[in-house]
Amino acid sequence: MTAIAAIRQRDLFAVVMLFGIYSLLTAGLFMNLDAVDVAFTEAAVGAGTTTVLMLSTLRLTGRYQRRSSHSPLLPLLVVTVTGAALVYGTLDAPLLGDPGAPAHQHVAPRYIESGLKEVGTPNLVTAVLASYRGYDTLGETLVIFTAGLAVLLLLGVTPCVSQRPQAEPLDDQAVLKLVVKVLIPLVLLYGLYVQFHGDYGAGGGFQAGVIFATGFVLYGLVFGDGNVQRVLPPHGLRRLAACGVLLYGGVGLVSLFRGGAFLDYDQLATDPIAGQHLGIFLVELGVGLNVFAVVMLIFFAFSSRRGEP
Amino acid sequence: MNSILGLFNYWIVIFLMMTGFYVVIAQGNLVKKLVGLGLFQASVFLLYISMGKVEGGHAPIIDAFNRVYSNPLPHVLILTAIVVGVATLAVGLALIVRIQDAYGSVEEDDIQAHDNEADSD
Amino acid sequence: MNAPGPLAVLVVIMPLLAAPLCVLIGRIAVARWLALLVGWASAAMALTLLAVVEANGPLSYALGDWAPPWGIEYRLDRLGSYVLLIVTLITALVFSFAPRSVDREIPEGRQIPFYSALLLAAAGLNGIVVTGDAFNLFVFLEISSLASYALISQGYDRRALYASFRYLMMGTIGATFILIGIGFLYMMTGTLNMQDLAQRLPAVFDTRTVRAGFAFLTVGIGLKLAIFPLHLWLPNAYAFAPAVVSALLAATSTKVAVYVMLRFTYDVFGQEFAFVRMPLGSILMLLGAVGIVSASLVAVFQDNVKRMLAYSSVAQLGYMALAMGLANRTGVTAALLHLFNHALMKGALFLALGALSYRVGTLRIGSLAGLGRRMPWSSAALVIGGLSLVGVPPTAGFISKWYLILGALESGWWPLALLILAGSLLALVYVWRLVEAAYFARPLPGPTEVSEAPLTLLLPVWALVLANLYFGLNTSLTVGIAQRAAAQLTGAGP
Repeated sequence: MTAIAAIRQRDLFAVVMLFGIYSLLTAGLFMNLDAVDVAFTEAAVGAGTTTVLMLSTLRLTGRYQRRSSHSPLLPLLVVTVTGAALVYGTLDAPLLGDPGAPAHQHVAPRYIESGLKEVGTPNLVTAVLASYRGYDTLGETLVIFTAGLAVLLLLGVTPCVSQRPQAEPLDDQAVLKLVVKVLIPLVLLYGLYVQFHGDYGAGGGFQAGVIFATGFVLYGLVFGDGNVQRVLPPHGLRRLAACGVLLYGGVGLVSLFRGGAFLDYDQLATDPIAGQHLGIFLVELGVGLNVFAVVMLIFFAFSSRRGEP
Repeated sequence: MNSILGLFNYWIVIFLMMTGFYVVIAQGNLVKKLVGLGLFQASVFLLYISMGKVEGGHAPIIDAFNRVYSNPLPHVLILTAIVVGVATLAVGLALIVRIQDAYGSVEEDDIQAHDNEADSD
Repeated sequence: MNAPGPLAVLVVIMPLLAAPLCVLIGRIAVARWLALLVGWASAAMALTLLAVVEANGPLSYALGDWAPPWGIEYRLDRLGSYVLLIVTLITALVFSFAPRSVDREIPEGRQIPFYSALLLAAAGLNGIVVTGDAFNLFVFLEISSLASYALISQGYDRRALYASFRYLMMGTIGATFILIGIGFLYMMTGTLNMQDLAQRLPAVFDTRTVRAGFAFLTVGIGLKLAIFPLHLWLPNAYAFAPAVVSALLAATSTKVAVYVMLRFTYDVFGQEFAFVRMPLGSILMLLGAVGIVSASLVAVFQDNVKRMLAYSSVAQLGYMALAMGLANRTGVTAALLHLFNHALMKGALFLALGALSYRVGTLRIGSLAGLGRRMPWSSAALVIGGLSLVGVPPTAGFISKWYLILGALESGWWPLALLILAGSLLALVYVWRLVEAAYFARPLPGPTEVSEAPLTLLLPVWALVLANLYFGLNTSLTVGIAQRAAAQLTGAGP
């Protein structure tokens, strides 16, 4: 129902907020459907990062939308046809939760039965993500990298000069500053935990990168970007993002040159399980670094536009 | 009857999906279009995750009790897809910011009017 | 190390990792040389792979050493290696053209990310062609698409921004449709591997879920392919992108979409399902036919030369759709030939325009006036590319049109043959407008200090122009490969 509310609203600020709530609700549903990792990501990304980015955009573009002059008939027709096709498609689909559904029969059982034995991580999502289908994840890392490049190409990051007057946007909010100061170490610590605990529980490089970045973004919002950029200069972040991707790819290349297949972590150590562990650790680290750096870059890119007319 | 209950979940998801899709193609405001795209994609993710659910299953993290686990594969696919979705969104928003700079508006009608003007001279 | 296997991975991984390397090193000169090196190395690898596949049959490579369908498989057959060679060759030529042109069009501060994005766009396309996994295809599709949106937005005109946004919306809808389609297929078969899907799908052909999945995949690919009426994003995107980007995308990205369409319809679903049980054949032929006529007509009335060629691309994609829709071996051969030849001609044309605009700036028909004499080589390239587009012998364009007509006659669709001729006549009209402007119109008054484009730009252009002539005269190579690949697709043995 949030979705409907979101389309009726013409105040875009409310739309974005409702979209955030929708994401959070979706995350709840994912949780219900046993997808803890996905729920975690959706909450961090959909409800967190996306909302912040959308709000930064709204600051630059204005809050209200005009009433559209187009007739809604054609879009309505397209949507109805598409929806009908989808419903038609589900008519022969296996029912929700049916353990006999073909999706659970063919490829998936091996992951569940031998994932622990072959890869050595109890979290099967991590096992599939980083090892069985590790190549997809390399692709995913590059998608993030590409997005970072694209934002860089479009907006550029002008280094923030710290003596600018709005460098300390919230001078009078002493309590807020204190709370944030306490909160940030906790956020960063949690980020580290998520990074290195992905083998056993929900989490992994992607979520950790986002959380870690959130910590810094929070700091930037309260104490001004200039302070953050002194620690994390944009050109350094670009290199860091590149390093993350290269670390992932490098692991793949090392296994290739050791005579195995690309991304065959068994080659990394004498014992295959140890190799898998090492491989997953390294690639998750690569993902984490890359995501962290790109999220920071994107954030800087949007926020450095704020000062300009 | 049972089958209707079993498929009902999909239909709700489809309804949400189409709400998003409608926003994408019917709305004139670029920011709202992107929100619609986000809705559309998030609902597709729900479709996938529903697919992975096993009745009585648990989150696919192996523990001592050797239980029934839900299918991890759709989860992995959707993790990737979420990331792709956010990446697209970020690029889209960056484009909107530049469009605002260049045209002074983020309404489709205004932009197309400007473009048509530019085309005709 | 068994030689050919890792090559299939390296051809994707090299450009993929060269992109972050450019950013890491952070020097424009390095980025330039790295792109050039990687571009030509990929092309060389693709050539080797084609030879290997021709000799030993399909090549399979299990990434992470997880046997398919559990892990992701890279798989190259005749079709794949043929398309891969086209894509990498054009990419290499475009990268050779890039340095001078990028210097002119992109501010220095953005050149490194620009090269990086070029590499990613190319790597994504290679990845789509080589992969044997449906979901992996989606991932690489998104890499190349995101990179393309960024690249298009770098055009100097502000319309590039909006064109890029439109492409982003339509492209993402397309990708999401593909995702829904893959989801439905996975729901019914439990696998994502294409070979495995092809084996397991026939058992569930009669379910509505598979039919819906097929429909969503086709529409999604159709959006990427810019098949009429899903082409709306294309003209402005090509028209306002930087010269290098227009050439790269026009010559490769839609071709890869055609490849994906062929792969899914003929290979994964199989010809029988796609054309007998589902009415894809008539839909493709109808849309193709309408696309040819309408886009050619629009092209005739364009004043912006790049946009004229962009509309012509929509029309050419119509020919390919039509050829695929014929669903006989000659038709598929024609589609594959046109895929190759159109990559050659559009590559040559857009690069020639890049060379012209290097000196002249904006490309309106009027601004071409007198260039025939001042920039003889660039203008001649434009003319020969144009003739190939029309399909005049002895250019490559003639060969593909010839096979297309043969295919149409073979399946008894003689009105289509007439339509193809009509489309060619329309192409003649708009190409003639270019020739007239360049050679017969009086030069514009004003500064006349226009000289020929530098040699580094002319070389890649003329390499493609000569290829247009060579493959028009010597057809045994391309026709042979295309026929064998088509035979493999239409299921008549190796």
